[in-house]
Amino acid sequence: MGKTIAEKILSDKSGTDAKAGRIVVANIDYVMVNDVTGPIAFREYGKLGTAEMHKDRMVLIPDHYVPNKDIASAEQAKEMRDFAKKHGIENYYEVGKGGVCHQVMVEEGFAAPGRLIVGADSHTCTYGGINAFSTGIGSTEAAAAFATGKLWFKVPETIKVELTGSFGKDVGGKDLIIRIITDIGVDGANYKAFEFHGPGIANISVSDRLAVSNMAIEAGGKAGIFPFDDLTREYIKDTVRGAYTPVSADADAEYCRVLRYDLSEIESMVAFPHLPSNGRAVKDADVRIDQAYLGSCTNGRIEDMRIAAAIVKGRHVDPDVRFLVVPASQKVYRQMLDEGLMQIFLDAGAFISGPTCGACLGGYMGILAAGEKAVSSTNRNFIGRMGDKASEVYLAGPQVVAASAIAGRIVTPDLLEGC
Amino acid sequence: MVVIEAKAWRFGDNVDTDQIIPAERLLSTNLTHLNDFIFEKVRPDFADLIADGDMILADRNFGCGSSREHAPLSLIQAGVSCIIAESFARIFYRNSMNIGLLLIECKVEAEEGDTLSVDTDAGIVRNLTSGREFVFDKHPEFIGRLVESGGLVNMIKEGRF
Ligand code: SF4
Repeated sequence: MGKTIAEKILSDKSGTDAKAGRIVVANIDYVMVNDVTGPIAFREYGKLGTAEMHKDRMVLIPDHYVPNKDIASAEQAKEMRDFAKKHGIENYYEVGKGGVCHQVMVEEGFAAPGRLIVGADSHTCTYGGINAFSTGIGSTEAAAAFATGKLWFKVPETIKVELTGSFGKDVGGKDLIIRIITDIGVDGANYKAFEFHGPGIANISVSDRLAVSNMAIEAGGKAGIFPFDDLTREYIKDTVRGAYTPVSADADAEYCRVLRYDLSEIESMVAFPHLPSNGRAVKDADVRIDQAYLGSCTNGRIEDMRIAAAIVKGRHVDPDVRFLVVPASQKVYRQMLDEGLMQIFLDAGAFISGPTCGACLGGYMGILAAGEKAVSSTNRNFIGRMGDKASEVYLAGPQVVAASAIAGRIVTPDLLEGC
Repeated sequence: MVVIEAKAWRFGDNVDTDQIIPAERLLSTNLTHLNDFIFEKVRPDFADLIADGDMILADRNFGCGSSREHAPLSLIQAGVSCIIAESFARIFYRNSMNIGLLLIECKVEAEEGDTLSVDTDAGIVRNLTSGREFVFDKHPEFIGRLVESGGLVNMIKEGRF
């Protein structure tokens, strides 16, 4: 019997015959922590009482509460900085050099096809978009990985997602993944991996694939893995570190479930509060908004910024809306400058900040008051996720977020004619 | 063998980590008293009501959302002895087992305030209030060793990893 991509990568990294359901101990290529999960990991590492440390495989990226939002977060960020200095960890990304952790992991070339990457952040599954097996872990396990370079994994069963066709106008990866989560539920892929197949994949940009994989966790998924193709090769060619080996599934691999989507039938989607599985077609939504948020590890890439800029160009943000634009990294920020996108957003009346997780997790800089509603290109709309427990978050792709910022309510771009 | 007998607090489906402990509390200065903030947005009085040793009983997908270890840690600090749920989200499950919070995957019928007993060797949850019994699958061997060691750090120190 053949193997899925998840089974192949875990077999390779564990040196065992990793089949779904087994527990294996596997060597990891990289382990990432951020400023929230790092401090616990550093303390647990201390408890191990070992001198052994796999420094070259560790990546430390402050992003959640940096630039420091207050004294407590300043102390927290300092704990990470001090740890990096004390142990001479090179892969530390100071404010001004990095950005949102998952974006940095991809653009700095840590994430690559065939690699096994863990991160103390649930959206580590993002790198499946470029054919890696990557998954979120906790801080204690990150500490274990610092010390041993390995970790335990239950080999997941895999859901095969067959894709045909290509997206219609103003529809993209975010709409597809909200559709999938709405269909199978927030625990529909618990302890499972997604593997994407079919001719439709060639019609999905790598940026959109990363957005899809990013939200695998919102269905409970352990990973969401795309095959490697020319688009992947092109996307990573200038940034990837070291050699990599793409992995494809065997033709006779076993899947626990098969889902099929014709991309041309996917509509613009919005996930209503308070679960990512509350997806509805945007055309059926009638929601006035107070804030529109474009950014995060889901949709804060340059491609998302270009899509949104094309929509807001020459238009003005609704007077009752705050439009926050938060590029996912310094690199994206610079690219926006170089391409003239900053000008477009500023002219439209948007607020632009440097990269940070900030408001995405209700941290700071964009918090919602009671009763306020936001349309957001992020990945979670749980109760109180972006502020007060009586605020509401509606998840959508960059097209809908940009159009909604202009219209003042949740709409698709085609409704902006004349705006 | 572990037998726990305690009062149960009842929760429903999809209890996410933002409900267990909101992101704005995830600061290292709070790490010793995360229990002060548990469920503050959804059950604001909970931190005061829960007593040492109490259990949480939930339905599907408990712990979904973020990878924050602060979630199981806050529950340990609050004195939660065990969480029984029909299913757990993956990262929450790993985190809990890795830091020594006992999770039992079992569909149990009980009301808030019922007294439950958990027998991990027999794989049985008893509702002592209603007199009913519920059977669960015991942990796989590796997870059993992890629980026995009291978590991942100890397991590594003992050279069992
Ligand atoms: S951008 Fe949001 S979802 Fe992504 S890592 Fe930051 S807080 Fe988490």
